[in-house]
Amino acid sequence: MSATTLPATPRAPFIAGVIRLFREKPLGAIGAVIVLVFLFSGIFADQLAHFGVNQISPVNRLKPPSGRFWFGTDHLGRDMYSRILFGARLSVIIGLSAATIATLISVTLGIVSGYFGGRIDMIVQRVVDAWMSFPELIILIVVVSVVGPGMFQVIGILGLTFGIGGSRIIRGAVVSVRENMYIHATQSMGASTKRVLLRHILPNIMAPILVLFSTRVGAVILVESGLSFLGFGVPPPAPTWGSMLSGTGRTYMYLAPWLALAPGLCLTLVVYGINVFGDALRDLLDPRMRGSR
Amino acid sequence: MPPDAPLLEVADLKVHFPIYRGVIAKQVGAVKAVDGVSFTVNPGETLGLVGESGCGKSTTGLAVLRMLDITAGRVVFDGTDITRHDRAAMRPFRRRIQMIYQDPFGSLDPRMSVAALIAEPMIVHKLAANAAERAERARELLEMVGLRADMASRYIHEFSGGQRQRIGIARALAMKPDLLICDEPVSALDVSIQAQIVNLFQEIQAKFGLTYLFVAHDLAVVRHISDRIAVMYLGRIVEIADRDTLYRAPLHPYTQALMAAVPIPDPEIEATRPQITVQGEVPSALNPPPGCRFHPRCPRAVARCKTEEPQLREATSGQSVACHLV
Repeated sequence: MSATTLPATPRAPFIAGVIRLFREKPLGAIGAVIVLVFLFSGIFADQLAHFGVNQISPVNRLKPPSGRFWFGTDHLGRDMYSRILFGARLSVIIGLSAATIATLISVTLGIVSGYFGGRIDMIVQRVVDAWMSFPELIILIVVVSVVGPGMFQVIGILGLTFGIGGSRIIRGAVVSVRENMYIHATQSMGASTKRVLLRHILPNIMAPILVLFSTRVGAVILVESGLSFLGFGVPPPAPTWGSMLSGTGRTYMYLAPWLALAPGLCLTLVVYGINVFGDALRDLLDPRMRGSR
Repeated sequence: MPPDAPLLEVADLKVHFPIYRGVIAKQVGAVKAVDGVSFTVNPGETLGLVGESGCGKSTTGLAVLRMLDITAGRVVFDGTDITRHDRAAMRPFRRRIQMIYQDPFGSLDPRMSVAALIAEPMIVHKLAANAAERAERARELLEMVGLRADMASRYIHEFSGGQRQRIGIARALAMKPDLLICDEPVSALDVSIQAQIVNLFQEIQAKFGLTYLFVAHDLAVVRHISDRIAVMYLGRIVEIADRDTLYRAPLHPYTQALMAAVPIPDPEIEATRPQITVQGEVPSALNPPPGCRFHPRCPRAVARCKTEEPQLREATSGQSVACHLV
């Protein structure tokens, strides 16, 4: 609604929202800060890094963290701090874009299938069944062997796979929201299907959408690391957190634990940050939760 | 349209819900929720529709609203047969026929502010030039239904049941409808609130010349608000009459039993008055009894009732009954 109906909030909605986030959901605000820090370090990796991302220094192999190498060095003497920064760029890009694609696919499929029901629902759900019965790894290996490895292939395939799988969750939410009398009331009023879907169904399934998105970001980053380990992810020497964790990190776990600790902790932090931020967002967007903690 | 023509005419309305079974989805039967219902509602009038749960009174309301597939019969609104209107053809009528729901909490989107809820029908039917005008109208409507205009920015969970129903009414009024289908609009409310809402219905009826199809099971409420009352049993109307006639001299045994079931708030009269009780359960609408549908439970049933279905016919002036014995 326009400002005439809401005289209590003269500030821009975005700034008012940020203020509410910090006031009502401090944990969520911390999550947002964590995510922002990683986004920032990804974007400005070139300026923040101390060494080149693939700069090898044979005399400084497997050095523990120090003033010079903040997170230590790996088996080729590469600076882990610099690699983590560039990894943030790659992993955060992959995580966010694949999760975004996945969520869009889930929401579209879920709404179409759940709202229209009947034959459409049947067809969509059988296609989803068929897709889910293939291990995603097999699909990825096929695609990678046809078009070659790379970041975009990983984003596309993971987005599609997670998207189709997640559509089940959205469909379930849509089916339950659709049965509410306010949907019936809006239809009987003569509202278009578009209005019912965008103004009533979508806002009321925001909670599962946000949860789905925030869990997917973490899941994508982790799966990407598995793929990199198998050689089907973003090819080396690209510094993804996943390959650092499962490649060098695992190989030198006893000799140089910092190689696994640094990317592992970063991964944990980002996933945690996105999750708590997503939860806070879910609550803030729900009018029923206004003022609650 | 002649001035005394009915606003709503329902003729031999049937709503059957098919039941499918088996792999090839063969139709094995149908729940005959509404099975041959006819009535008219005149402009500015309130027709009460009463009957026990499952008798098809809500289904009738939904069929008039065209939110259900009509199996047979006709629904004529303001001279136009809307029985087979498709989505696009129904649109102008969607504005003119509005529904008030039993559960005002469930029928209002919890994610929308009250202002947005009341403004939505104006957006859908382009009844206001811009957002400012919609907001202004929303405030007017809120005050009209007895709420404060500054409540517009609140959300539905912040209101009590009675207030929610007032918001539901304001939302319906935003469309400037002609016919309101009220589906048990007060039965979910506290008794203390019911009277207020019923009075509100009467106020706005007088103010806007609204016509009501008032579905309810509470006989006291129906008596208070209705001009005429139709009594339904198992998908059919058994009696339809002017309010006072029906309450003074009900003719159908089922109506008599319904009336007798209303307790009288005086222990002496209550103890001495004749009791008419109906035995047994309502039969299944999937397989209604032959002949008169009420005959298995009717205290006065005769042999003819078991074979021949009674038709609705005028018994006295303004009173029609479907019973062989009247």
